[in-house]
Amino acid sequence: MPDTPTRASKTPLPPASAGAENKAEEVQINGRPYYPGGDPDMPLLWYLRDVLRLTGTKFGCGIGACGACTVLIDGKAQRACVTPVKATMGHAVTTIEGLATDAGLHPLQRAWIEEDVAQCGYCQAGQIMAAAELLARTPNPGDDDIAKIPNLCRCGTYPRIRRAIKRAAQIAREGSK
Amino acid sequence: MSGLSRRAFLFATATASGALLVSWKFARADQPLPYRGARDEAQALGDFVRIEANGDVVIGARGCEIGQGVKTSLPMLIAEELDVGWERVRVEQLPYGYVETDKGPSNRYGGQGAGGSDNIPSGWKDLRQAGAVARWLLVQAAAARWDLPAAQLRTQSGAVIAPDARRLGYGELAAEAAALDLPKDPVPLKTPDQFSIIGKPTRTVDGEAIVTGRAQFGIDAYFTNTLFAVMLRCPHLDGGIEKVDDSEARKVPGVKDVIVIEGPKAGEPIDGVLASGVAVLADSTWAALKGRAKLKVEWTEGPWAGESTSALAAKAQELLDKNEGAVPVRNDGDFVKTRKQAPIHVEARYEMPFLAHATMEPPGAQISIEKDKAVLIASLQSPSGASQIISNLTGIPRKDIEIRLTRSGGGFGRRLKNDFVAEATLIAKAAGKPVKLIWTREDDLQHDFFRPFGVHAMSAALDKKKKIVGWSHRCAATPRNYRDRGMTEGKRPLYVGCIEPDDFPAGLVANLEKTFFPIASGMPRGWWRGPIHTFHAFAVQSFIDEIAIATKQDAVQLRLDLLGPPRRMKYEDSDQPGFDTGRLAGVLQLAADKIGWKDKRSDGHGLGIACHFTFGGYAAHAFEVSVEGSELLIHRAVCAVDVGRVVNPLGVEAQMMGGTLDGISTAMNLAITLKDGQVQQRNFTDYPLMRMAQSPQSVEVHIVESTEEPSGAGEIGVPSAAPALANAIYAATTVRVRKLPLLAELKRML
Repeated sequence: MPDTPTRASKTPLPPASAGAENKAEEVQINGRPYYPGGDPDMPLLWYLRDVLRLTGTKFGCGIGACGACTVLIDGKAQRACVTPVKATMGHAVTTIEGLATDAGLHPLQRAWIEEDVAQCGYCQAGQIMAAAELLARTPNPGDDDIAKIPNLCRCGTYPRIRRAIKRAAQIAREGSK
Repeated sequence: MSGLSRRAFLFATATASGALLVSWKFARADQPLPYRGARDEAQALGDFVRIEANGDVVIGARGCEIGQGVKTSLPMLIAEELDVGWERVRVEQLPYGYVETDKGPSNRYGGQGAGGSDNIPSGWKDLRQAGAVARWLLVQAAAARWDLPAAQLRTQSGAVIAPDARRLGYGELAAEAAALDLPKDPVPLKTPDQFSIIGKPTRTVDGEAIVTGRAQFGIDAYFTNTLFAVMLRCPHLDGGIEKVDDSEARKVPGVKDVIVIEGPKAGEPIDGVLASGVAVLADSTWAALKGRAKLKVEWTEGPWAGESTSALAAKAQELLDKNEGAVPVRNDGDFVKTRKQAPIHVEARYEMPFLAHATMEPPGAQISIEKDKAVLIASLQSPSGASQIISNLTGIPRKDIEIRLTRSGGGFGRRLKNDFVAEATLIAKAAGKPVKLIWTREDDLQHDFFRPFGVHAMSAALDKKKKIVGWSHRCAATPRNYRDRGMTEGKRPLYVGCIEPDDFPAGLVANLEKTFFPIASGMPRGWWRGPIHTFHAFAVQSFIDEIAIATKQDAVQLRLDLLGPPRRMKYEDSDQPGFDTGRLAGVLQLAADKIGWKDKRSDGHGLGIACHFTFGGYAAHAFEVSVEGSELLIHRAVCAVDVGRVVNPLGVEAQMMGGTLDGISTAMNLAITLKDGQVQQRNFTDYPLMRMAQSPQSVEVHIVESTEEPSGAGEIGVPSAAPALANAIYAATTVRVRKLPLLAELKRML
């Protein structure tokens, strides 16, 4: 079944290593340690997709122009297509697959569903990761803050993205009360 | 393993090759499809419905989901007639359903392509019946169980109910119902007053899968032991390969093979690959890309080496000036004579650039070919075309080609072509291994089936009461109808895809001529969302505005006067029941009311409006804008739409919002240009789609309530957006933009 959801917690993950190794060669991905071998110049995007099969992070342009591959590196929104794997060693990467926690979906994920943002859906993982950085930095973002998200959406979902980010901020505020 | 530390093992695995890692359990492409939908499966009620013992309902989605929402809206049609609660429904994507019958090739699921905004109209015809048949089977099963006449039973929300209020849930009846024969004749459908799902705002069924990264697109599928392929394609239109030096490419670690692919011969139909090229196969996408960068290829330039968009533009103007060699499109009354006698003339020309589709997910394909069967997983709009191409290139009968459909990262008409499937097929055949073909964004912008380039010359004649009595629309363009076997064999006229004989204001102006001037070009051309209509509506709806301004008439009233009393008119090339002038007037008036057309604006704000009919749907756009310095500010964006009965209001709203933004993003920013026979654009840096900062805060979508037959909403949101914006810019600035992309032209003119 290509695309019927399975629960995130059941998503198979590659074996993570014990972690007693040299931290400088380790990259944390969604909370698990990895020791990427192979070509250290391989962009994180292709390491995530082709090697780890974490395919939620999407390829869109290969030059950091569209944001479809946005992931968080130490909490900062970065373009995985222009970030070599070697540059992530010693750092913590969060992909769309790692955004939800045991407590449930991230407020952005909930808001995205509630506002029915996605059309084709291809850019949305990147949009959400970019918004995740924004919300972490600016818990109550205004229109101007949201307008700074540079990710492309070819389907034109921007107005619903705006609404979803505001709704997520509200969900997060209510959740933290 | 004992001698290796855990870490060393991981290193070893990753270093050896990506292919080794495939054996970890992520090769979803190799898992069997859980949904077969066949009668041979327990609890299957026809090809689309399966009911679990616990009453959960699984509905098969047959369409290609390219963002237009059919994976949600089509199953809604089935669920409605099945009479189940939507919350009990789980939707599964169906594969391509090619079957061979006594009467020849057929599709067990009906039409599965995505084109012509046709999914809803065709699903309205057959998918409701599929749901009703499944319900009928359940009722028959209950009737047998209770020994009651079926006519005495009714259904409600997933249960059959007897006159004495006994109930049997569908889950309890499914096995018995599945064993019954299908009815010979169509069974009755609900009347609209009985609808409980159709017309209810319904969120996309893949919402959670998308926001958690689990939704699968074509590019997300991996076959075990797949090779990763990228291609270097000839940058010259109809060019070829003189010499390939792959020695450096083959030295790149991970590169496994290099394969030359022949393109179509100049002038011959393009129904396989699009261009000649060299494929690099490797054990990861990255290695393939590095290998490609090391290829040294000498190309031959082909017959179009000197082609440029500036020359095409000059040629278009020349053809229109000389007015020779025209292909007639439509001729009513006598425009030439009318114009001679008319006291008022208005004329203008509008230039439309080539456009690329730029789907967010670039083209690509995953294919596994064995001796006598093949499996394709790709983001598609035309699975039947893909099946045909694979069969043509491999000799494998179509019945032995399995095509699994996924979500597509956008379509916009790009995936109506299957050139990328042809490439993957040829590469996999040569390599003897499954292949995952990736297109980069550069590949995508350089090698597309572009929307045609052209110039529209408009001319109107008005009598002394300022009534439009003559209308001429002459279009000089690179014909959409180009090396397309389907169109050539169907002997479709050369103008198809550039200008519509019956489009507004045909039939509304007594003396009307439409002519077409083909311009030779080596640019491959194809369908681009809304196809013909995004190409000519800008000219028609800008020009109407120019007439209104030149003759000091209200731009809304002028259109309403032309449309006249509500009536239905003939419209060729449409399965829909013609063009209803009243419905177009209705959306125009609605958009005008919502934007406050009659209210005075100050502070340099301007209003613009436009309307259009296509694929059975009616839309109007109105914008309020101002221009500060050279910056365009869109204060309000209003879209009114009439697509008949609405299946999913949330989906229609999304399509109109997205269509509006697609229309203005493209009009403001985008053009593909040619110089020395090569496409100049490379990536989103020089093909700059609209970003959040440039988008209006919201698009106010107003949907007309209607009991007319439903039409599709995927394309009607686009055509009138750009002219409404240009008209608003004129109102704000008195600068008339007649050439796209609009922002560059506006900057030049201000």
